[in-house]
Amino acid sequence: MSAMTDDTLPASPRTLRDEMIVFAAMAVLLAIVPATGIYPFFVMQALCFALLACAFNLLIGFGGLLSFGHAMFLGTAGYFTAHALKEWGVSPEIGIVIGTAGAAALGLITSYVSIRRQGIYFSMITLALSQLLYFIYLQAPFTHGEDGIQGIPQGMMFGFINLSNPTVLYYVVLAGFLGGFLLIFRTINSPFGEVLKAIRENEPRAISLGYKTDQYKLLAFILSGTLAGFAGSLKVFVAQNASLTDVHWSMSGEIVLMTLVGGLGTIFGPVVGAFVIIAMQQYLAGFGQWVTVIQGVIFVACVLTFRRGIVGEIGHYFRRSL
Amino acid sequence: MGEVCLADEFILETHGLTKEFAGFFAVRDVSLKVRRGSIHALIGPNGAGKTTCFNLLTKFLQPTAGQILYKGHDITAMKPADVARLGLVRSFQISAVFPHLTALENVRVALQRQHGHSFDFWRSKSVLDRFNSKALELLNDVGLSEFAKTPAVEMPYGRKRALEIATTLALDPEMMLLDEPMAGMGHEDIDKIAALIKRISAKYTILMVEHNLSVVANLSDIITVLTRGQVLAEGNYAELTKDERVKEAYLGAGHA
Repeated sequence: MSAMTDDTLPASPRTLRDEMIVFAAMAVLLAIVPATGIYPFFVMQALCFALLACAFNLLIGFGGLLSFGHAMFLGTAGYFTAHALKEWGVSPEIGIVIGTAGAAALGLITSYVSIRRQGIYFSMITLALSQLLYFIYLQAPFTHGEDGIQGIPQGMMFGFINLSNPTVLYYVVLAGFLGGFLLIFRTINSPFGEVLKAIRENEPRAISLGYKTDQYKLLAFILSGTLAGFAGSLKVFVAQNASLTDVHWSMSGEIVLMTLVGGLGTIFGPVVGAFVIIAMQQYLAGFGQWVTVIQGVIFVACVLTFRRGIVGEIGHYFRRSL
Repeated sequence: MGEVCLADEFILETHGLTKEFAGFFAVRDVSLKVRRGSIHALIGPNGAGKTTCFNLLTKFLQPTAGQILYKGHDITAMKPADVARLGLVRSFQISAVFPHLTALENVRVALQRQHGHSFDFWRSKSVLDRFNSKALELLNDVGLSEFAKTPAVEMPYGRKRALEIATTLALDPEMMLLDEPMAGMGHEDIDKIAALIKRISAKYTILMVEHNLSVVANLSDIITVLTRGQVLAEGNYAELTKDERVKEAYLGAGHA
């Protein structure tokens, strides 16, 4: 390459460096959590939701597709992993693979049905499909309906990592989260990610450049669903149960909320959003039903006053994309 | 030259092209022949079916009847992305850029399409850096090198049109279809873009829809006049200005 390219690159290397620094800071902060006395169960749960929100954000923030049924990936992977662990007695890593593969297969099927529709129609189809699955899971014997799958053994990962030790489990979940996060981060900053952004920005123009945009959206949807499923599989080890809550439409709504509060289309926003929402549910639990009302107020305040979300506003202030 | 082979002489042809919207014929029985290497303009009063015709040619609309031949191949049933891959690339009436990508990235997205890697989500986008010098060259060509790092959304309108042309050129098309390239532009920009179109026409065939008649007069080799979805007249500018039917269509019978 000629000498001039170094100087004339788009802004990406600089912002990439910023993002690396923030990522390193996030990883260090999360790594020292067990030493701080913060309730690890809360952080583990938040990490699973953070990964879920990041997967969702890949689809809407970078592909411009609003899925209103992402809970189906969380729930499906959860049920698959839970069933495999409890009924078949497989090892944890196999359980995670089964759950994630289930979500990937579901992603493949649902994206074929939904991807050719635009805007609100796409959202409605994803919602309809997730509702369909909800009723299947309500009736299917293996999910135990309203009771859910309870008392799931955590087991020994790879035969020597004891997941019933909370600290060990914490680091396994953290590693899973960071791995998933990095994969999403790389996808956003890949040749594929560039095309995806172009499609989000101006789909007819992308078509006129010869891109078969449906194929790109299909791959984005499957990636997003698979990673959301991975988060669902990890969550089984944390909660030790799999229930209908995770496939309910209100869960899909919560994913949207987390992403919006943190910052749609930002890299770190969904993580912040997930922690904020899970913390609220955890620490405001004393208010009972009022948590929902408080969440609603925050949602309205967010849309009215800081539309870019927490991280989006910070990034805008410093003229950086985070 | 002689008529050795029609596909050689005419890069794009339509036969009896028709588009009906619920009983209304936006385009009716239009037969066009675009000569290879020419600048061909499509003009007509508002509602004459120019844009519909344009969308039919680029496959963004499916015709009700008729046939479209590009380089002798029937492309009537093809999808828009496939037509673009054959080298028939369009622009849009409202400037079509990717607003939050920089000018360089805009051009690079087009370069990337031809040379693969576009599904690689596990690779770093630094593999795209090898397109940077080619992209800069293209930006330089249309006088945009100083905007390389500017997000397209922050560029002045006329510059966006130039960026759009650079992006289209990145595909190395054989034929460009420009939908009102001068729409919404000031005088200064019009001159620049017109000069640019004139310059690139040495290498490419251009079909454009345009309202600005002085631009059409200066640039076009041949002009097709549409009214009410049908071809009214065809010829060069000098011939058409003498044509009573064209005057009537533009000015109304009373003024003719």
